[in-house]
Amino acid sequence: MGALQTGGMDYLPVKIEPNMLNDNLHLNTDLFDTDKLDKAATRDGFGKGLVEAGEKDPNVVALCADLAESTRAEWFKDAFPDRYIELGVAEQNLAAVGSGFANYGKVPFIMSYAAFSPGRNWEQIRSTITLNDVPVKIVGAHAGVSVGPDGATHQALEDIAITRVLPNMTVVVPADSEEARKATLAIAANGKPSYLRLARAKTPVFTTSDTPFVIGEPQVVYQDEEARVGIIACGSLVYQSMLAAKELEQEGIKVSVINLSTIKPMNAEAIVDFVENLDLVVTAEEHQIAGGMGSAVAEVLSAAMPRRIAFIGMQDRYGESGDPDQLLEHFGFTKDGIVKRIKEELGK
Amino acid sequence: MTDERIKDLELKANDIRISIIDMLEDAGSGHTAGPLGMTDIFTAFYFEILQHDPNNPDWEERDRLILSNGHIVPARYATMAHAGYFPLDELKTLRKFGSRLQGHPERHKLPGVENTSGPLGTGLGQSAGMAFGLRMDGKKNRVYCLTGDGELDCGNIWESAMFAAHHRLSNLTVVVDRNNIQINGFTENVMSLGDLKAKWESFGWHVIEVDGHNIEAFVDAVHQAHAIQEQPTCIIAHTIPGKGIPEIENDFTWHGKPPSTEEEQRFLKELRTLRGKIEASHAS
Repeated sequence: MGALQTGGMDYLPVKIEPNMLNDNLHLNTDLFDTDKLDKAATRDGFGKGLVEAGEKDPNVVALCADLAESTRAEWFKDAFPDRYIELGVAEQNLAAVGSGFANYGKVPFIMSYAAFSPGRNWEQIRSTITLNDVPVKIVGAHAGVSVGPDGATHQALEDIAITRVLPNMTVVVPADSEEARKATLAIAANGKPSYLRLARAKTPVFTTSDTPFVIGEPQVVYQDEEARVGIIACGSLVYQSMLAAKELEQEGIKVSVINLSTIKPMNAEAIVDFVENLDLVVTAEEHQIAGGMGSAVAEVLSAAMPRRIAFIGMQDRYGESGDPDQLLEHFGFTKDGIVKRIKEELGK
Repeated sequence: MTDERIKDLELKANDIRISIIDMLEDAGSGHTAGPLGMTDIFTAFYFEILQHDPNNPDWEERDRLILSNGHIVPARYATMAHAGYFPLDELKTLRKFGSRLQGHPERHKLPGVENTSGPLGTGLGQSAGMAFGLRMDGKKNRVYCLTGDGELDCGNIWESAMFAAHHRLSNLTVVVDRNNIQINGFTENVMSLGDLKAKWESFGWHVIEVDGHNIEAFVDAVHQAHAIQEQPTCIIAHTIPGKGIPEIENDFTWHGKPPSTEEEQRFLKELRTLRGKIEASHAS
């Protein structure tokens, strides 16, 4: 994504107010001055993280189905040519061979676009990776409508649903490039089947190298003690939700935001804590509403702490070609879309 | 191999077939034809070919035997029990609640089962990954993958065949159980495989065809595969589904059903007769 959907001239950059942000997270201090933030795709953070993981652990190997450049597997290939394995356009075999490597004792990252892995090879993932319970790291690039001009065929919008339903699986959707780098290192070391969801488009990097990342620990990135509205977001929607919270705050609507980058295992306790004082929960993800992160949240809350939930996501349809920014705006995956939706929900 | 050794292995295979019939009747469901057809090959692997330790199933220096067509696992379970992995009595628990002997094998349930399988077409890819990993680490252990012939309908198999040949995984041997049957009928009627030897050769594999019930010939074929350094080897083992029980041999309706109690008695009698024939053939 190039320029953010910040409302252009209407948007006045405001320095962060320390009381709204968790100091322990060490977020970028220019957080709300979007133009000052670096822009990078989560796939880039993954590419860096994979090289670092390879340096730390000689058992890390990279398997790629003919998409080395666009998944950033190429960076690992350049660093460790003997540990890069080419599969060709064969995603079913990608999963099966990955299973064999992991079963033997390697730490294989298998890379393709999310539409094909875990899309095309879901049964191989179920049978040979999660039921077999071997620690293959499935990296699905080009998730979401922000893939852009390639169109609906390549815009995976179902991958969270089909991975989180598998027992033994860990599912992580990093919020920015830096978190993607850390998530890559974390799943390289977790000893479990894992799915890492990546985006193609560049988005603001609002976390820093000092921001902690632990699988299964969501972070409240914007907190208003008086908030009655809370946004639970993942991926690029986390930053957009923070912008939305800031704008709504200026209009007198207090909103908190939590980054739920680990969708499985779901930290139910953290979610329940987050929503305890809320009247309205909003979930935001670049994924089908059915079965996605919001559904996972609803499963927790309906049992433990029922709340009204507004789901921001794809409404049972496919994406289409266009510029990433256009598509994100069209489908409501921007600050403006979130603000509009929350106002609607509140009847304002 | 001496004649005495061959006779011992043939008798062992006969014992294993008896166990298979026994356990399938106890289970009340399961596959009969495939396990009986592959019993001689399982016997050859566990009692002659594999480097393995039944008392230490996770021994790092073991060869890996990957079963891709998991539905024939009764043959693997029975052979493992006879090889000392677990007590023969446990075979009676096949497919029962709480058993380590799942209807289709699961890696985490029973030590020595290398991979979870049943959904067809994925064992060769898993084997290739293991073979690649072993080679990266400079290890000499070998990987053997057993597949069915009906399973070769799966596209994943041919993706794996391309992959293993491209990467010259000569430490990998696949054994195709060419028994000509699958659930819906004879393979050439359901989905013709045509010239299998030519298919595998054109994918870049060294191919050996062998009688899957001639244990000595099969062991020789595996040794020949060890000598091929440039490419992986495919052993097409021609087998008779239901082997050992003439009334069910080559009958595809026996692919996926177990014997009734009455049939069990008849089949066990057949196998005891076969035992006498094996002893007699080696006495002459």
